[in-house]
Amino acid sequence: MPSRIVTLKLNGAERELIARPSTTLLDALRETFGLTGAKRGCAQGGCGSCTVLLDGRPVVSCLIPVVTVDGSTVDTIEGLADGDRLDDVQQAFVDHFATQCGFCTPGMIMSATALLDRKPDPTRQEVTEAICGNVCRCTGYEPIITAVLAAAEHRRGVPLASAEAEV
Amino acid sequence: MARLTPIDNAYFDGERTGDFTVIGSAVQRSDARGHVTGRTVFFEDMSLPDMTHVKIHRSTRHHARINRVDVSGALEVPGVLRVITHEDVPNNWYVVLRLIGVGPDDEPVLAEDRVLYRGEPIVAVVAETEDAAREGAARVVVDYTDLPAVLDVEEALADGAPIIKQAGTNHFVYEGHHCRRVRFGDVERGFAEADRIIEGRYSSSPIEHAPTEPTGCIVVPQGDGRLRIHTNTQAAFFTLDNTALILGVPPTSLRVVGGTVGGGFGGKVDVIVEPLACIAAMLTGRPAKYVYSRAEEMQVSSTRAAERIVIKDGVMDDGRIVARKITLYVDAGAYSRHSPYGTTKAAAHMPGPYTIPNVHVDAYCVYTNRTPSSAMRGFGVTIGDFALESHMDRIARELGMDPLRLRLKNAYRDGDMKAHRKIASGTALVEVIQSAADLVGHDLPPEYRAMSSAERAEG
Repeated sequence: MPSRIVTLKLNGAERELIARPSTTLLDALRETFGLTGAKRGCAQGGCGSCTVLLDGRPVVSCLIPVVTVDGSTVDTIEGLADGDRLDDVQQAFVDHFATQCGFCTPGMIMSATALLDRKPDPTRQEVTEAICGNVCRCTGYEPIITAVLAAAEHRRGVPLASAEAEV
Repeated sequence: MARLTPIDNAYFDGERTGDFTVIGSAVQRSDARGHVTGRTVFFEDMSLPDMTHVKIHRSTRHHARINRVDVSGALEVPGVLRVITHEDVPNNWYVVLRLIGVGPDDEPVLAEDRVLYRGEPIVAVVAETEDAAREGAARVVVDYTDLPAVLDVEEALADGAPIIKQAGTNHFVYEGHHCRRVRFGDVERGFAEADRIIEGRYSSSPIEHAPTEPTGCIVVPQGDGRLRIHTNTQAAFFTLDNTALILGVPPTSLRVVGGTVGGGFGGKVDVIVEPLACIAAMLTGRPAKYVYSRAEEMQVSSTRAAERIVIKDGVMDDGRIVARKITLYVDAGAYSRHSPYGTTKAAAHMPGPYTIPNVHVDAYCVYTNRTPSSAMRGFGVTIGDFALESHMDRIARELGMDPLRLRLKNAYRDGDMKAHRKIASGTALVEVIQSAADLVGHDLPPEYRAMSSAERAEG
């Protein structure tokens, strides 16, 4: 099969690439566009390190041939912050020590973002289910769940811990 | 909560003023912003023009003689640039711990005439793309003659077991001895004096570290002739020195760039990927990447060693343990890696945080035809503690005694001589157990409440 031109709305901008049939969305992000926030942990859809949002839904980008998502909207970890200003999920991860080695963090934050965009007031159980496809080997998940719940509270008007500290 | 002991500032007299303020306060991690923005650069986030990819053809046998290796199929794959065999490795035999005087070199970078475990690397294939390298590695054909495999530590040490190691024994040799030994007091006399003998046998399985980021590196030839190694090693200087020794080059010709590790847990302390990636870069003059697939990470990378620990205790009816004899087997797998050191740690850790007057330890570092084991989070100690504390509970059940009181009665105190002849100091087991009892609402009688690590008050 020949290569094809694929168009994506990537972090808000129209982008194009030439893709072979075997080129995954993850390959396209990392190798063509230099967006290396999404990680390759297993290349078989098992670890969630490559999670990005496809038309708003979290997907494991290592399993998606990019030619099959021509014309889609893709959002990655690189698109969340506004310059140096972190978004509320990112800030909550910093405040609540939800990172250790950092390898799972971008995928974890994208899964959490998809949840909060859909459901701003999730229960603890819903947070757990939202990140159940993202493997974290370091933290034991507790600080991550705490951070996502704090970000949800922030979206309902409760200041983040770091904002309180600055006051 | 008030500190039990005030912080001793005397060490810093004249160097700093003011109180320590960090402990007890939240300090943002220096790397957190990089992690949450995706800007932290892991080794595989580097993208280089002309990069080549390394994949490995691995042994499909536990133990076999290699009769012939045919790489012609690999070389026919479009995109395959080179194959690397043991003949391309300047100094093929190594052991990572030679840097601290452990020997002999017992592991080949690439197998020569024998393989000792399933998954052992035999041929490395260098190609333009990862797909071509994988396809090339799959096309290598190896003709084997199977040899009897030894897959159990006690079978490996039994009379008549097939000897799998070139050094002539299926165990590491410690200064001429068959195992790492600790001798303290007289266990046989202790057993004779004891009210009862309580024995136990404890086993663990190998444990994979399973980092989310697979082990790997990218090697970049520099304009000045040096090789720059971007790696997720946990041990940059082990990597630097061992790679230089394997390549037969001065360490100054290599530059290791590391420090960002996507989960290690001890699994990235061995030196596995860097030497072959360096050879690929040297042979092609191009950057080379060698990164484990998830399957390799799970099946081929080192594990925590499986251990088998046999404990025989002489115990008095009042709970005092008067003799402890331990036979401990660490399954090193096919090669030493860090296991000779881990076994020494295991021996020194016995008989646990207890003061026992008669101790006898034989700790064997055993070779089998299994995946090599190596470092992992407290290796040598962690499984030993599982065995020791399981055994303490067994003793408590047999005596009908509260397991916390049993431990308090036997806990080491400051000033006690340990079995490996270090004086115990800074001990806190008594206080930790007392605090733990408080936290779970576990009653302790006054004489146990009054115990202290600072002195041995009871008879």
